[in-house]
Amino acid sequence: MSDVKKFMFVNRKAPYGTIYALESLEVVLITAAFDQDVSLVFMDDGVYQLKKGQQTKGIETKNFSPAYRALEGYDIEKLYVEREAMEARGLTEEDLLVDVTVLSRAEMGALMDEQDVVLSF
Amino acid sequence: MASIEVGGKSYETDEEGYLINLGEWNAEVADYIAKTESIEMSEQHWEVVNFLREYFDEYQIAPAVRVLTKAIGKKLGAEKGNSEYLYGLFPYGPGKQACKIAGLPKPTGCV
Amino acid sequence: MLHIINKSPLSGGTLDSCLATATGGDILLIEDAVYAATRGCAVEAKLNQAMGRFKVHVLMPDLEARGLGDRLAEGITPVDFGGFVDLVEANKSCQSWL
Repeated sequence: MSDVKKFMFVNRKAPYGTIYALESLEVVLITAAFDQDVSLVFMDDGVYQLKKGQQTKGIETKNFSPAYRALEGYDIEKLYVEREAMEARGLTEEDLLVDVTVLSRAEMGALMDEQDVVLSF
Repeated sequence: MASIEVGGKSYETDEEGYLINLGEWNAEVADYIAKTESIEMSEQHWEVVNFLREYFDEYQIAPAVRVLTKAIGKKLGAEKGNSEYLYGLFPYGPGKQACKIAGLPKPTGCV
Repeated sequence: MLHIINKSPLSGGTLDSCLATATGGDILLIEDAVYAATRGCAVEAKLNQAMGRFKVHVLMPDLEARGLGDRLAEGITPVDFGGFVDLVEANKSCQSWL
């Protein structure tokens, strides 16, 4: 298993306003097929991607947030959320639609250093 | 834009025959698409197609074949949760063919 | 005058630019700017302070899309797309802080 690499997807953008969040999710779902060690990080505005209760009918856009709950079935179970980002946005873990590990910004930085590949969105 | 004609009604599809409007799907359309794929729908076929519809309803994505196989095994038993069984029902790929019949988009990552 | 903001208040400077430049009138928060209209957001105090000079509105379909329709901060007026049009109509000019 020496060919397994540590992949990190860094999500820093809010959903819907730009295409980054959706693009990242699609790449994550595709790369899941390669059985790598994948971590998903949600920091800055990226934490908004995981907010419960998204209702997109009014803006005629596809609500892709339910797909984050499918990640477990894709064996992607390492989801990290930045504590400071949640606090600045008035969010708590109960506001999120999946189970996550909450890390401080400093811990995120350390985790980032451990990766072989970092993909930025 | 391509389309198919079923029971006197026209349904928009993409160039590969996947339904454009998921909401328009019904059993008659499923049967029609199955025929174009040379599949005669049996109870076993319906079990997979209905499973896919439920999966999409919950997660808003069509699952990758590997994920579908595992999830079917969990729900319907190990004798059905394997690729021999699923490819037996859908020879050109359960992801591709079953999703098409179920009126779902092509699975993400399926090229 | 109507000022429209469509960028997140925490990842860019458009809200700050608007508040530092504009003298008063209506502010409409749309797209990713709607996060500024939520309770507990770090810009809440800043926006509260501006409410003396501005009337602040938020486009509800955008707030609901982001799962925050139930967290509208006090003093901000919710509008729908019709309300958006009314605001444009009621003001003699409009600046979009892109």
